[in-house]
Amino acid sequence: MLRKPAQREGSPFTGLSPVFMKEFADHLSSARMMVLMLFVLAFGAFPVASSLQQLRTVTEQDAFLFLRIFTSAPDSLPISFVFALNFIIPIMAIGLGFDAVNSEFNRRTLSRVLSQPIYRDALLLGKFLGGLATLAVALTALWLIVFGAGLLLLGLPPRGVEVARAACFLVTAIAYGGVWLAISLLFSVIFRSTATSALCSLGLWLFFFLLWPMIASAITLGVAPSQIRSAEEYLAIEQVGLVLARFSPGTLFSEAVVGLLNPETRTFASMLPAQMRGVIQGAPLPLNQSLILIWPQMTGLIAGMIVVFAAAYVIFQREEVRA
Amino acid sequence: MTDNVIEVRGLLKLYGVTRAVDAIDLDIRRGEIFGLLGPNGAGKTTTILMLLGLTEVSAGTVDVLGFDPVRQPLEVKRRVGYLPDAVGFYDHLTARENLRYTARLLAIPRRDAEKRISDAMESVQLADVLDKRVSTFSRGMRQRLGIAEIVMKKAEIAILDEPTSGLDPHATFELLEMIRGLKKVGVAVLISSHLLDRVQSVCDRVALFNHGKIALMGTVVELANKVLGAGHPILVEASGIDIAAALRGVEGVQTVVAEGEGGWRVVADRDVRASVAQRIVSSGGSLTRLADLQPSLEEVYTRYFQEQRHAA
Repeated sequence: MLRKPAQREGSPFTGLSPVFMKEFADHLSSARMMVLMLFVLAFGAFPVASSLQQLRTVTEQDAFLFLRIFTSAPDSLPISFVFALNFIIPIMAIGLGFDAVNSEFNRRTLSRVLSQPIYRDALLLGKFLGGLATLAVALTALWLIVFGAGLLLLGLPPRGVEVARAACFLVTAIAYGGVWLAISLLFSVIFRSTATSALCSLGLWLFFFLLWPMIASAITLGVAPSQIRSAEEYLAIEQVGLVLARFSPGTLFSEAVVGLLNPETRTFASMLPAQMRGVIQGAPLPLNQSLILIWPQMTGLIAGMIVVFAAAYVIFQREEVRA
Repeated sequence: MTDNVIEVRGLLKLYGVTRAVDAIDLDIRRGEIFGLLGPNGAGKTTTILMLLGLTEVSAGTVDVLGFDPVRQPLEVKRRVGYLPDAVGFYDHLTARENLRYTARLLAIPRRDAEKRISDAMESVQLADVLDKRVSTFSRGMRQRLGIAEIVMKKAEIAILDEPTSGLDPHATFELLEMIRGLKKVGVAVLISSHLLDRVQSVCDRVALFNHGKIALMGTVVELANKVLGAGHPILVEASGIDIAAALRGVEGVQTVVAEGEGGWRVVADRDVRASVAQRIVSSGGSLTRLADLQPSLEEVYTRYFQEQRHAA
């Protein structure tokens, strides 16, 4: 006569705000946060500074000159600010989340905190939101610094639409950070050792960053017929490659960013000549059209974040509290 | 007895096929100190976690202050203070900040909380380190901080898991004083421990756990009578004559067993100290020690597990 899991009473969010506030305060005052910020500044400042150097010499008309600060990769250093963010953000997120739950275990605070009137839901969600808020603060600060540097050095105020596009870019960056935060949180729930959890998160990041593009193209080559006979066939194969590459959050992020910051972007795949008819080369899309273009990428990032968090949640609910 | 704060009926916890806790019944009364004793792995901590709703119950019912920890864990945890085995605090925060976090989780209003925190720290004699980081605290101070948390919470039940393990004798003494202090203000205290003589000095009743079952339950004297047999044990140290022979002649003496160098453990059906002394002296022996043996929990425990092993 085993008893069925009974309906529990009380809101799962009881105590969410104290947990959130504590995590947020802890992150902001921690030495780790200082190190991460230094890291971000070092990696972000260099591309921005050199792209600003180059942009100051640009004489031709460019309606989106301000956005080029983010995307242009100067000749001296083939890394744009956006590309730098593509690999800095995961490191920041992993740095904030890899020991979120297992450190509570190891410090033996978990059972004491859970013996207060809160559910585990609130603890995990509070930790996630605290990390996400920290990430948002750091990225917004960075974004503002870049904006300010652009204003000072270019001496050119951004247009409203540029600000709007840059703001959407910021939101995308935070969502991308959220995916990696959820992944590191998941590993911190699975592994009791913080070192193992950090190693797994970083390993996964390296996998997606270095290995996955190669694997994706290898698979694409594998499924491609030996002879491509028509443009449609070529497009179909290209599509396979894109779908595979989009399993990596980094690909979703960079596609979304390209769509937002390069208003000329119409598609991420090749276009058939028939589709090109009537297109004015290099003409920018309005913002709402760009948003529609990157909508799948955005939903993909947010859905990935939710799915990974849900996995961490399920595992955490089943975990035994005793050390 | 209607004034039970905890009522457990047929509580069962399965880990796979292992019965970690095997259908136990338990009642804890208001304002008593109850000891859960037993070897490591006997199911004490699992029982405690089930009382708090921190681990799932396989079968049976638990009632804590009228709430079911499975369905209403928040209500239970609001009223029950828990000091886990080797409690941890956030090292980078001060004692005050740690307690403030707990107070926020308990939704205690801010102004109220500050007062309660300083009062609680006062009561465990940690007021002077209120604003020191917990990383500088000794183990005993951490345990006391844990007690302070329970005091601040104004819990009706305090559950302490191995509160004295790893403490030096002085710290243990102080901690037990604080546990008595909790009892004085009407808190029911549940202590789990394997340090028997310490626990014996504070517990009103104890339950002896063995392989997930409660083997024995009652006051220390009741347990002693059950396990060691009803009788009046005394310790005799004497020399010069054949003590065993001399003592067996004393009226009321049931057994005489040699215990250590020149010592004898005598069990009688009443207090035979006077006649034992008389007999030894009158037959020419020299009596060096004559002591009334309080039934000790340690003895009960050792004897019980010895018997279990023999039976097995």
